[in-house]
Amino acid sequence: MSLPPETMDTLCPMYLQIGADGCVRRLGPTLHKLLEGRCGRGMPFAEVIQVFRPKRVTTLPSLLEMAGRKLQLRLCCGPRMTLKGLAMPDGEGGAIVNLSFGISVVDAVRLHALTSTDFAVTDLAIDMLYLVEAKSAAMEASRTLNRRLQGAMLAAEQRAYTDTLTGLRNRRAMDHVLHRLLRGGEQFAVLHLDLDFFKQVNDTRGHAAGDQVLQAVARIMLDLTRKEDTVARVGGDEFVILLAGLTDVARLSELAERLIRRIERPIPLDDALCRVSASIGIALNRPGNDAPQAAEALLEQADIALYTAKRLGRGQHAFHEAESVAGPR
Amino acid sequence: MHGLIARTLQCFLQDTYGQTAWQEIAHNADIDFADFEAMLDYETRVVEQVLDAAVTRLDKPREAILEDIGTYLITHPNNEGLRRLMRYGGVDFIDFLHSLEDLPGRARLAVADLDLPELELTDSSPGQFLLSCHGSLRDLPGFGHVLVGVLRAMADDYGALVILDHRGALDGAEIVDITVVETDFAEGRDFDLGAALPARRSSAL
Repeated sequence: MSLPPETMDTLCPMYLQIGADGCVRRLGPTLHKLLEGRCGRGMPFAEVIQVFRPKRVTTLPSLLEMAGRKLQLRLCCGPRMTLKGLAMPDGEGGAIVNLSFGISVVDAVRLHALTSTDFAVTDLAIDMLYLVEAKSAAMEASRTLNRRLQGAMLAAEQRAYTDTLTGLRNRRAMDHVLHRLLRGGEQFAVLHLDLDFFKQVNDTRGHAAGDQVLQAVARIMLDLTRKEDTVARVGGDEFVILLAGLTDVARLSELAERLIRRIERPIPLDDALCRVSASIGIALNRPGNDAPQAAEALLEQADIALYTAKRLGRGQHAFHEAESVAGPR
Repeated sequence: MHGLIARTLQCFLQDTYGQTAWQEIAHNADIDFADFEAMLDYETRVVEQVLDAAVTRLDKPREAILEDIGTYLITHPNNEGLRRLMRYGGVDFIDFLHSLEDLPGRARLAVADLDLPELELTDSSPGQFLLSCHGSLRDLPGFGHVLVGVLRAMADDYGALVILDHRGALDGAEIVDITVVETDFAEGRDFDLGAALPARRSSAL
């Protein structure tokens, strides 16, 4: 070829010159680096590069038939990555093959410790590396923001589901759990608890005292229920407890009694003791036995049972009639 | 103004003067949120308020703070990613200077809505350059001073010896005088193309 070798080396640092005999005559400096001196000049080109697409090519004539077409190839004694290639006749019976990393440039640079001088200045490889790094950095900044927003969203949700006075769940949270339990077709009990004599506390001792009573009662309910149960304040002195997986009437009766007895213990307030009690109505969701229920119907059943309990006198519990196997106490 | 710029100001103040100083400055600037977010937009006025509060709190001229921000962008370990991106500009400092005109385009390539002032480099005599930041006075007042800090730090990074001089404004453009005394003055820092980009707290890009 009449061009000085340095011209080719600089313009196409990854070229390969194949003589008319099919042997490699010259290699560009970057290609030389990739081959690590293990194969190169003087060897048949098919022992240096392995062209496998659009079809396997091992002879010079068949390589020249592919002139101008996109070739996919691998180096026989270099990294396993696929390179892109373009072969053209050199005008002296041989061929020039120019190679490029294509998309694998990021890995190639890392694997072979390539520097910007290994690429022709007209090559977009360096710009592509720049773009990859810049995009990862921008993406990371975006992800950081997303993580922070997600954290803020969770905190806001937590606040939206919490009763600020008692730290219990609120009605919204209770509705949410109730629908989830119903959707999952789970067995569970709904306890509707209403404080007795609470109005008197509020009227005679003031709202601050009332608030302290509510907080004390909240602690009792949390103490006596399991971690996975949902204890929610749904009104001034009304609470709903959802007990997943628990529909045993005897065990529910026992729990209701323990709740009432504990709530009836005098609550120390500043310099005096304060007494309240509680009434509890219980409804059960047993999808195996009963017809499927709506959330509203279930809450209404618990409400009806609560009024049954209230009619029996304060400090009692009652089951909704369909389940009143054990009957009101 | 792009959140990246606002966030850079915050990270500079936090990393250089500490969290307490940042909180005082943010308080004095009357901003009603705790942090600037890199990927949101802010009113230029808000960012200016923070910069003014920093000038008062740190008792430092505005230009000096801006230049320190430029240096911080390149030299602080939290910004290694940005230093690397800048090093893509060229193999030596002169090469890098010639790539500066591409900087706004490169920035847009990374973050499509990040608009930096247009830069123009003219070489008057060998080793003598004049860098103009067009429209920076209107859109990003003080950008030229940040650029001086960036250039100073990049010269160190390449190991070049340069003299920089912010000449003030001409026709709405900030002008920076650059004299390259020697390109191979010191060792410089490594730039390995293949170095994996470590995941970092993102202060700036």
